[in-house]
Amino acid sequence: MKANYGYKDGSGEYYITIDTELCNGCTKCVEACPENVLEVVENEMDPLAEDLVARVSDEHRKKIKYSCAPCKPTTEPRTLPCVQSCEPGAISHSW
Amino acid sequence: MANSESKEYWRWTESRWTNPDLDWKDGDIISAGVDVGSVSTQSVVMVDGELFCYANMRTGSDSPDSANNSMNWALDGTGLPLDKIEYAVGTGYGRVNVPFAKRALTEIACHARGANFMYGPSIRTVLDMGGQDCKAIRCDHRGKVTAFLMNDKCAAGTGRGMEVFADLLQIHINDVGRMSLVDVEPEPVSSTCVVFAKSEAVALLRKGWSKEKVLAAYCGAMAHRVVTLLERLGVENDFAITGGIAKNIGVVSRIEKELKVTAPEPSIDPQLAGAIGGALFGKALVEKARKKA
Repeated sequence: MKANYGYKDGSGEYYITIDTELCNGCTKCVEACPENVLEVVENEMDPLAEDLVARVSDEHRKKIKYSCAPCKPTTEPRTLPCVQSCEPGAISHSW
Repeated sequence: MANSESKEYWRWTESRWTNPDLDWKDGDIISAGVDVGSVSTQSVVMVDGELFCYANMRTGSDSPDSANNSMNWALDGTGLPLDKIEYAVGTGYGRVNVPFAKRALTEIACHARGANFMYGPSIRTVLDMGGQDCKAIRCDHRGKVTAFLMNDKCAAGTGRGMEVFADLLQIHINDVGRMSLVDVEPEPVSSTCVVFAKSEAVALLRKGWSKEKVLAAYCGAMAHRVVTLLERLGVENDFAITGGIAKNIGVVSRIEKELKVTAPEPSIDPQLAGAIGGALFGKALVEKARKKA
């Protein structure tokens, strides 16, 4: 499942996409994120399954623009810490 | 009193229903779903995965009260006591505040499951246009979510936005969709934000636009907004709409036109999708627990 967390407003699109088919619940992204945006919990979109997957915490879903701003590339392209830490490559961004 | 109530153009009709062909005493698993939304609350009771009774009413200021009231109304006259419900699932904004629910589930999973029940297993894309948010969901033939995208940051493209316009134009909420179907489609209002769209609409009215034309411009803007959301996720046929706006022909027909798809006519109140999904998950969770035991 491709879970898109975030929103679109007048200033742009702010989505973090987590592919739960690829996510193995290792929590490396949770440790890598300096703003504690990510968490690993039971897959809420599939109540009958019991596997653990990463998601964006409720607290940050409506303010990703600000929460993720410190990691945004400024002068040259760079890989974000969460994306870099994810070995199966389950995390992507809309920016 | 009647006079002042008739002026509440946004007030949609609450409803309840009991299946006359079903006796809960014959059932094995009785499950329930309670969808406490931002604007409306639905309670659905299912007997072995078949609709037994439901109630659909406005959410009050207190979530536990709203959940209790709607469940009491759904059970009213059916003879089924609340404690005979084996598994109740809470969903929607107030999902953690349903006193009698065993588990709270996200409304995204419930809407996909509910749409699968209401419209059939061929549904792959579900657009839920709720009271205060809007969700685009992709699902498989079992109603399992394969991708989703949600926008709950603002009221544009939601039922609440339409209520504001019904009030502004003094047209009953049940009639806005039909009335917006004008011969020549005007340019949509430029702002999708409800507050800005409202001031833009006031300006258009002062310019001499008819109510119908203003409504058409707003429905057009609302449709366009959700279409951009859907396009980000990708639309796969069949396509269905759930939530209160699914009853608004003005928005539905414009979405269909823009996406070049047809949304099936709902056979049951589309506002019930979340609660139906919850009740179906309740049944599945009972079966899973029994299998383990």
